[in-house]
Amino acid sequence: MITSLHIQSLTLQRGERVLFRDFTLTLAAGEAVALTGPNGAGKTSLLRAVAGFIRPAAGRVRFEGAAGEIEAEEARRGGCHLVGHQDGLKGARTAREELGFQARWMGGSPEGAAERFGLARLLNLEVRKLSAGQRRRLALARLIATPRALWLLDEPLAPLDTASRALMGEVMTEHLAAGGLMLAAVHDPLPIAARTVEIGG
Amino acid sequence: MSALAVLARRELALAWGRGGGPLLALGFYGAMTTMLPLAAGPAPARLAAVAAGVAWVGLALASLLSLERLFERDFEDGALDLLALGPLPLEAVCAVKCLAQWLTTGAPLALAAPLAAIALGASPKAAPLIAASAALGGLAFAFVGGTGAARALASRRGGVLIAVIVLPLLIPPVIFGGAAAQAFADGLPWLTGFALLAAYALAAVALTPFAMAGACRNALS
Repeated sequence: MITSLHIQSLTLQRGERVLFRDFTLTLAAGEAVALTGPNGAGKTSLLRAVAGFIRPAAGRVRFEGAAGEIEAEEARRGGCHLVGHQDGLKGARTAREELGFQARWMGGSPEGAAERFGLARLLNLEVRKLSAGQRRRLALARLIATPRALWLLDEPLAPLDTASRALMGEVMTEHLAAGGLMLAAVHDPLPIAARTVEIGG
Repeated sequence: MSALAVLARRELALAWGRGGGPLLALGFYGAMTTMLPLAAGPAPARLAAVAAGVAWVGLALASLLSLERLFERDFEDGALDLLALGPLPLEAVCAVKCLAQWLTTGAPLALAAPLAAIALGASPKAAPLIAASAALGGLAFAFVGGTGAARALASRRGGVLIAVIVLPLLIPPVIFGGAAAQAFADGLPWLTGFALLAAYALAAVALTPFAMAGACRNALS
């Protein structure tokens, strides 16, 4: 299990444009960081670089566990959740099928996650019939359906209503209390206490 | 359930529904074989001479129909991120996607191919060979076509790009499969063509997942 994330002198580039240079951040177990910054500052790119999708122009991302450094590929495959702008859900399939697939594919089980996120009555509906907030809750449900240490969240609360935001606050608090790590790109403040780190600007 | 089984179930369900699934390919294939006699004239001798060739051209084109969306949907809705962070390497994910594509379009087409060839005047004795070689050819089409589909991700006019990348690679199986069927019809040794087709299909299965996974990583970055 990942116990700390080390982003070391990271420089990210998209084409010719440098998003940011020499960004360093350390995140330990039980800690949450809210990434802020103007649109286009590179928050999403930073999350995708940590997830291993974007190769940094310079610097590196390291993951450490209780027994020392974890190889990056292994850490990402077994210990990392990325919930982005897109929910990764298929409109033509039912919520039950999609949640079941996402949970089992990542190595967990969908039992209980839907109830926790108030989705139980929606499970038989096709995903295309859900509202944006319901779809996001369905995507977030995989966070608890499949326990993984590092959560990379990109504007996770944007489409959610007040009650769901409060619920996500509880879920986040439990995750951190269990030794989880969280890196979230946000514009609105997170519903829990978090260190704020600004990038770009 | 293992991750592999979970993924295979999802991919089969998606491939079954994608753009009409097997029905689209079968419909296209049926339309092509019924239209040929109307266009080229119904003389049995003329049709029998081209039966095997037409069956193969139809197979290649029909299996291209729903390929464009093999990776595109998952890329657009963000599911490809999820697939990349799962327990299996992206190479395996790509291979499972292509196998599902083959099972839902290639295999039904392989069953339809002997019917089409016989309808056009090929000997019923050739049916097992045509079905077997169409199944192998379909495997090659699915994997080679998947490579084109992955390569075309994140580019505008991806469909055109797929055709340009994939068509040259579809020619060898058409030649080998068509030649085997023709040789069988002429009473000549057909095993060489069939063996070359099998070799091509297996090489495609073994090699293209690496190209597909590379193309997906490129699109995700």
